[in-house]
Amino acid sequence: MTAARTIAFNLNGAHVTAVVQPHHTLIEVLQAEFSLTGARESCGQGLCGCCTVVINDHPVSGCLYLAAFVDGAKVTTIEGLETANELSAVQQAFIEASAFQCGYCTPGFVMMVTKLLDEHPDPDEETITHYLSGNLCRCAAYPEVLEAVKLAARKRRTVGGKSLE
Amino acid sequence: MPGIIDPSVKVGSQIGRSVLRVEGRDKVTGRAEYTHTMRLPGMLHAKLFRSTVPHGKIKSVETRAAEKLPGVLHVITIDHVKGVIPNPYYGPAFHDQPILADEKVRFVGEPVAAVLARDPHVADQAVQLITAEYEELPAVYDEIDALTAQTFVHEELRPAGTFTDLKHLQGMTNTNVALDYRLRRGNFERAYAAHEFKTQKVVHLSFEPFATIADYRPDGVTIHTASQGPSFVRMEIARLLGLPENKVRVKVPYVGSGYGSKLYIKLEALAVALSMIARRPVKVAATMEEMFYQVTKHPCTFRIKSGVDKNGKILARKCEVFWNGGAYADIGPRVTQKAGLTASGPYDIDNVDVDSYALYTNVTPSGALRGFGVPQLVWAYESHMDMMARALNWDPAEFRRKNLLREGSVHATGQTLADAPLDKVLNTVLDRIGWNQPFDRGSGSIRRGRGFGIAIKAVTSPTTSVAIINISADGSPTVYCGTVDMGQGSDTALAQLVGEALNVPTESVRIVQRDTDVVPYDMGTLGSRSLFHMGHAIQRAAEDVRSKIAALRREVGEPEGSNLPISALFQKRYGMQAGNIIGSGIFKPDYVPPSRENGQSPNITPFWLISGAAAEVEVDTETGHVKITKLVNVVDTGKAVNPKIVETQISGGALMQLGFTLFEKIHFDGGQITNASLADYKIPGFHDLPTAMENLYVEHEETNGPFGAKGVGETSMFCVSPAIANALDDAVGVRLTELPLTPEAVFRAIRTKAGKPLESE
Repeated sequence: MTAARTIAFNLNGAHVTAVVQPHHTLIEVLQAEFSLTGARESCGQGLCGCCTVVINDHPVSGCLYLAAFVDGAKVTTIEGLETANELSAVQQAFIEASAFQCGYCTPGFVMMVTKLLDEHPDPDEETITHYLSGNLCRCAAYPEVLEAVKLAARKRRTVGGKSLE
Repeated sequence: MPGIIDPSVKVGSQIGRSVLRVEGRDKVTGRAEYTHTMRLPGMLHAKLFRSTVPHGKIKSVETRAAEKLPGVLHVITIDHVKGVIPNPYYGPAFHDQPILADEKVRFVGEPVAAVLARDPHVADQAVQLITAEYEELPAVYDEIDALTAQTFVHEELRPAGTFTDLKHLQGMTNTNVALDYRLRRGNFERAYAAHEFKTQKVVHLSFEPFATIADYRPDGVTIHTASQGPSFVRMEIARLLGLPENKVRVKVPYVGSGYGSKLYIKLEALAVALSMIARRPVKVAATMEEMFYQVTKHPCTFRIKSGVDKNGKILARKCEVFWNGGAYADIGPRVTQKAGLTASGPYDIDNVDVDSYALYTNVTPSGALRGFGVPQLVWAYESHMDMMARALNWDPAEFRRKNLLREGSVHATGQTLADAPLDKVLNTVLDRIGWNQPFDRGSGSIRRGRGFGIAIKAVTSPTTSVAIINISADGSPTVYCGTVDMGQGSDTALAQLVGEALNVPTESVRIVQRDTDVVPYDMGTLGSRSLFHMGHAIQRAAEDVRSKIAALRREVGEPEGSNLPISALFQKRYGMQAGNIIGSGIFKPDYVPPSRENGQSPNITPFWLISGAAAEVEVDTETGHVKITKLVNVVDTGKAVNPKIVETQISGGALMQLGFTLFEKIHFDGGQITNASLADYKIPGFHDLPTAMENLYVEHEETNGPFGAKGVGETSMFCVSPAIANALDDAVGVRLTELPLTPEAVFRAIRTKAGKPLESE
């Protein structure tokens, strides 16, 4: 294993540093160094979306993204969506629509839906399924997630929910 | 104050409310903690070296290079394990599974050695440096071959002693049959139609892969684990270690789903053994690939024959069911018996023969998967019913109505049917799919068809649940129960039962995290049993609480019917807000074991689970592609405690079964799995949703259920496969008898029917 290096990045609004090995993934570093376990590894191949985090406004699979590459970047995780104990419109909508069962994949969905609504405040069903085709849910709460997306879109239009910007 | 038992306030009914999930906030914020992401101070990571041969004697395991890798603390084989656990064999039905391979390997992927390191990457790298030599033995993969094979997966059968119907198998040799269950009713003579159906090997793939952290200390062991049954883990670890149960603590945080995979005992014994050797906390956490080497659903071959008279009445049915159990029994013998007893379906047939066989083979073990074998059976008997109806020119709906069991009829097992609204479920299914309405059958290369199925299941019995309700001195209730909410919503539903029984809002009921140091025994979260069994235990605990409150009221001199708040009663009794009222309840339903001779019992199940489904499909005859344009799922819920959760369970189960029906399959090449990843093993995603889906429940109060309720976790799985296969036949006139119904299989069948078969693979 080769040399460790120190990286500095913005994590959910705070400037942080971490010592990482070249082979460390972002998920490993978030969990081991920052105790942020909302983004989780499941398939380990970037297919299920459980590990979705946002880097400089782009959702990525944290299980494949090497930690060394976030040096100087802005990283947002599910833990960064909540402000002063207030849930985002998307999070609130997921609760109200019961858009989860076991919850393991839920943070990934919430991150991707937030991105979707930032780009398409009033998405049609095709746009929704296009954005979410990379998020899988083994409990198959898909119909409820669709409902949650529509509900969140309404909430954001009426009360101005928190976006990633 | 809300959430406080207050006799002067009428809270209103908590049953039938779509209460939002009690754990919702933890899940949407990512704060929910799962074993797979947990860490303990000083913890080591284990990585496993696995067998590359399906069946063989271990000649040597070379670990020296791995041991020398910097950062590696231990390389462990079964010899080391035997130093701390002399008899390292475990399992719920048979003590047949070694903690690490012992002398033999029995499937590709079986753990042979474990590496421990602080850095999981180091452990991973060291695993690559281990080599093993095997003397390969003939292997058997297919359940039918296993019946007559001259190679034996196990040298001797070792029943665990837990189940009385397995005792006669003790010490048997030269067999791969781990249980032969039989049911006999009347005389079986005539057969009209004989068909054989097969299901494939599929896997649960919970998104939280298996994970266990064990922390062994000389005074006991603490286990953090993703488990559906902490009580069983505790008992089995106590047995393996020769410890009293109170020295074994099993803690279950949030579980990233299970569907039956996390039942009984999985990684726990290994993690404990490794921690005993390392004297440090050890975490064993699977990758998605490793999920394919732990437990799967049972592949099944079902030979079914029925004799029908000229009026369409089924006179006799013979069922031979062969369950491919894989290399270790896990709970396979229970699946064999419990599913076997409903193999003849929800039909009133005077003469029934069922033979159901659990078979050992050299592949990943099979266990429970959301339905305990019943989906495999329904696939066969509902396809068979449709084939017969078509052959006899009966309307498939009329043919079933003619033969359906009704309230008060005697089921093949000898039990009289009660609270099993088959008629109502069937009628709802047919009504919602518009069975009697004309529809566009398509033209050219696009053809449409419809099909349906109906099913019955007996709940796993007899099983026990215990619950404790603790009322704090301010009157707020806390519940201690072992039911694991792995996503199905049981915490919310059980809190509703407590709210109803104690007259408090559901939202104020606290359910403690599963920890065997505090929660009492529960048999396991499986087989749709929890709402019924734990629900009853909770009702009894609430009853106990109410009578203790009444006693306290009398003790402090309050008159009958006094509305004094609980906190004031405690004040009066203890001089300050102090003390507790603790109520407990135990529930185990009545049960009469089936006769070994003929499987008959007057009381084989405390309740029946009923479901039906109908599908409308569109088949592209040029590609074999099947599009589900409408899927109707109907289940009987008893009284729906939480309608939204019921609907989510119905929908989730049906969509999971849709994957098992249309594309999911583990592929093998010489015993080696060739698609052990989510890249190569496709599961349903957004693009696989049916164009339209209706998820409905029939509310027929379960007379002996808690507040009229019964379980609903599995039922929507049952009928999806035959409904689609029947619709496919209706659309293009081909009959597939093996799952999955891939475009290739459909296209081949269409070509064969047209007299232009494709060359075989």
